[in-house]
Amino acid sequence: MKRLLLILLLTSLSLGALATTIEVYDFDNPAQERTFKELTSELRCLVCQNQDIADSNAELAQDMRHKVFRMLKDGKSKQEIIDFMVERYGDFVRYKPAFEGRTLVLWIGPFVIFVLAVIFMLRAIRRARQQEERRELSAEQITQAADLLERPSDKSTD
Amino acid sequence: MNKAILPLGIFVALAGLFFYVLQQMGEGEYNPRDIPTEFIGRAAPEFALPELFDPQQQVRPSAYKGKPWLLNFWGTWCPECWREHPYLLQLKARGVPIVGVDWRDERADGQAMLRENGNPFVAVAFDPDSTAAIDWGVYGAPETFLIDADGIIRVKHKGALNETVWREKFARWFEDKQ
Repeated sequence: MKRLLLILLLTSLSLGALATTIEVYDFDNPAQERTFKELTSELRCLVCQNQDIADSNAELAQDMRHKVFRMLKDGKSKQEIIDFMVERYGDFVRYKPAFEGRTLVLWIGPFVIFVLAVIFMLRAIRRARQQEERRELSAEQITQAADLLERPSDKSTD
Repeated sequence: MNKAILPLGIFVALAGLFFYVLQQMGEGEYNPRDIPTEFIGRAAPEFALPELFDPQQQVRPSAYKGKPWLLNFWGTWCPECWREHPYLLQLKARGVPIVGVDWRDERADGQAMLRENGNPFVAVAFDPDSTAAIDWGVYGAPETFLIDADGIIRVKHKGALNETVWREKFARWFEDKQ
């Protein structure tokens, strides 16, 4: 009896999964389908953490996919659809924020930090080299050192 | 000694920043689930959806121009909406016009909920496919908008309405209806 219940439970669960994941969209042409895929992976699922609407099965994400699909069917361009969503859900809905004054730090910031890091590293390396050079000995010092080193061994051979 | 000052300074600055952000988070800022409020000061998006009880009738925001009114997105699947419901009935008693949007719901469930608990709405749009919800930038329920007499959105509140929220955000638009 328990096993039967388990089987029933598992089949109903998997049926549930099927019912929610399979969505059939009928596109006019391959280009439209490509745009759909691009758009749904660029738009953020607002009720999930860090998922695009292509990946998410949240109900709102499903409905946003439908909306994108309907707008594509109506002949709307990619940019028009993005503008539509941004107008309603703000810049947050975009995984790829627009390149503009407000978002400049976002786009340029990492490169600036990288360049600064390289500069610091080069300076650190140069400083380390200079110290090494300073450590080098003159010819006179080397003979002196050799003398010092040889003396005890001379004694030991005696 | 000199060498230690720079890293120490950076550490103190970062620690200060983290502490500040933590503090702000405690006050409800920087919530990763919060999305910036768009729409304030913009014209209410128009829709035409069938009425929940009378599908022949259509509910349109433009029909309510002339005085301030509320648009409330709800669904029987949303626990906060049930919690908020008695307060909506209070608002109705004070004469505040509320238009409901029964969002992502079964028609029978929505009807039953309002029949059993009372109907605070002057009209209820039935929106099973998120048509109006997406158009209004809604991403959770309940969500309430205040639209002024000229059809401009003035307030958006996410979460249940209650007296505190009402006084803070909405009351000044309905000064004749306290």
